[in-house]
Amino acid sequence: MRLNLTINGAQHTADDVWPGESLLYVLRERLGLAGSKNACEQGECGSCTVYLDGVPACSCLVAAGQAAGHEVVTVEGIGGGEDELHPVQEAFVDAGAVQCGFCTPGLIVAAHNLVERTGEPSDEEIREELAGNLCRCTGYEKILDAVRLAASRKQEAGT
Amino acid sequence: MKPPPFEYRSAHDSAEAVNLLTEYGDDAKILAGGQSLVPLMNFRMARPSVLIDINQTHDMTHIRADDGHLVVGAMTRQRVLERDQTAGSAVPLLPAALAHSGHTTNRNRGTFGGSLAHADPAAELPTVLVALGGELTVQGPSGKRTVPAEDFFLAPLVTSLEYNEILLSARLPRLPQGTGVRVEELARRHGDFAIVSVMAAVHLDSNGRADLVRIAAGGVDSTPIRLHEAEAQLSGTALDDAGIDAAAVAAADSVHPTDDVHGSASYRLEMVRVLVARAIRSAITHQKEGHR
Repeated sequence: MRLNLTINGAQHTADDVWPGESLLYVLRERLGLAGSKNACEQGECGSCTVYLDGVPACSCLVAAGQAAGHEVVTVEGIGGGEDELHPVQEAFVDAGAVQCGFCTPGLIVAAHNLVERTGEPSDEEIREELAGNLCRCTGYEKILDAVRLAASRKQEAGT
Repeated sequence: MKPPPFEYRSAHDSAEAVNLLTEYGDDAKILAGGQSLVPLMNFRMARPSVLIDINQTHDMTHIRADDGHLVVGAMTRQRVLERDQTAGSAVPLLPAALAHSGHTTNRNRGTFGGSLAHADPAAELPTVLVALGGELTVQGPSGKRTVPAEDFFLAPLVTSLEYNEILLSARLPRLPQGTGVRVEELARRHGDFAIVSVMAAVHLDSNGRADLVRIAAGGVDSTPIRLHEAEAQLSGTALDDAGIDAAAVAAADSVHPTDDVHGSASYRLEMVRVLVARAIRSAITHQKEGHR
């Protein structure tokens, strides 16, 4: 099939797509958007998290055919431009919440969703919201720091 | 790992899905939120030759409440249901149970009907349906039929759905205003499938006697199990400590768990006893503290 979908605000087309392949495969292998990571393929690890129609979803569990005509935002679309980080990404850098970096793109999408949606999330809310994202460098404390930092900076900026 | 090859078809309403199921027969599966089926396919534990996607349908996404019941369409996303005030006030056990069902990212995509039709005996939503005596409405080529929850779940991943039937919606009795609810779940990590789960709803009348007791357990038998004997022992009583402890023993006597890597059968029986007592006590506290 010819797959048309919107990614990070731009219209994309991919040809000869099998409708049963995953949205993650389309993003990484057909469109060169390698930010979203491929790991567990069972919706457990959160490495492939993208926004699908404004809601975080595991792109490994979405069939390409299901994404046709829909709107996707990947980690590449979170920041402002080529080198411009989103405040959530900056907070991850400042808090040292990145070690090997494999889980980071999924965590950025999940944390972005939490920070954008809530004012100042409690620790419980942060844990609940990020529970679907696994980090194997055991960096959770610094990830929690990063989310708190991003949320408090957002409150200070009054945005 | 990638799924085995399959043909992808998209249905635009429930009737078209039934037609496609009839056309393709046993080799076809319905694709809803994909949070259970797609992992099974990626691991090649399920190999349907046709997937019929119902994400483009619009006739199965409703949440409606009347005086007596809450009706939830099968394609309602779990996260939408979890946050829906109508559903939460009619059946507060639903949001309490959904909080244990996978992670928020899974619930964003996973559907109410998908979890029911998948029929994992340790999953939360089937246990809620069984606990509260819900009914499921299914549609086949010759029309609709309604199945009580206890007759719908037959075995692990097996329901009474025929090959060419689709789950349309489920109906739950509205709980009386102020009903206390509690989900007690033992899992390795929050969001995992339950090793043992117990769901309870309790309502005490103005004399302090229980005029509603609903209890079910998940993960301890081939389907979720309504704990009728424990309910009968507690109904009409003041739910004193001795009564709760005795009912919890009766509850453990009415389930038949098996050993697996997560826990032995005897451990599960002990946990049913512990969690039933805990769930009833917490549900009473929940009602007394007034959660609305």
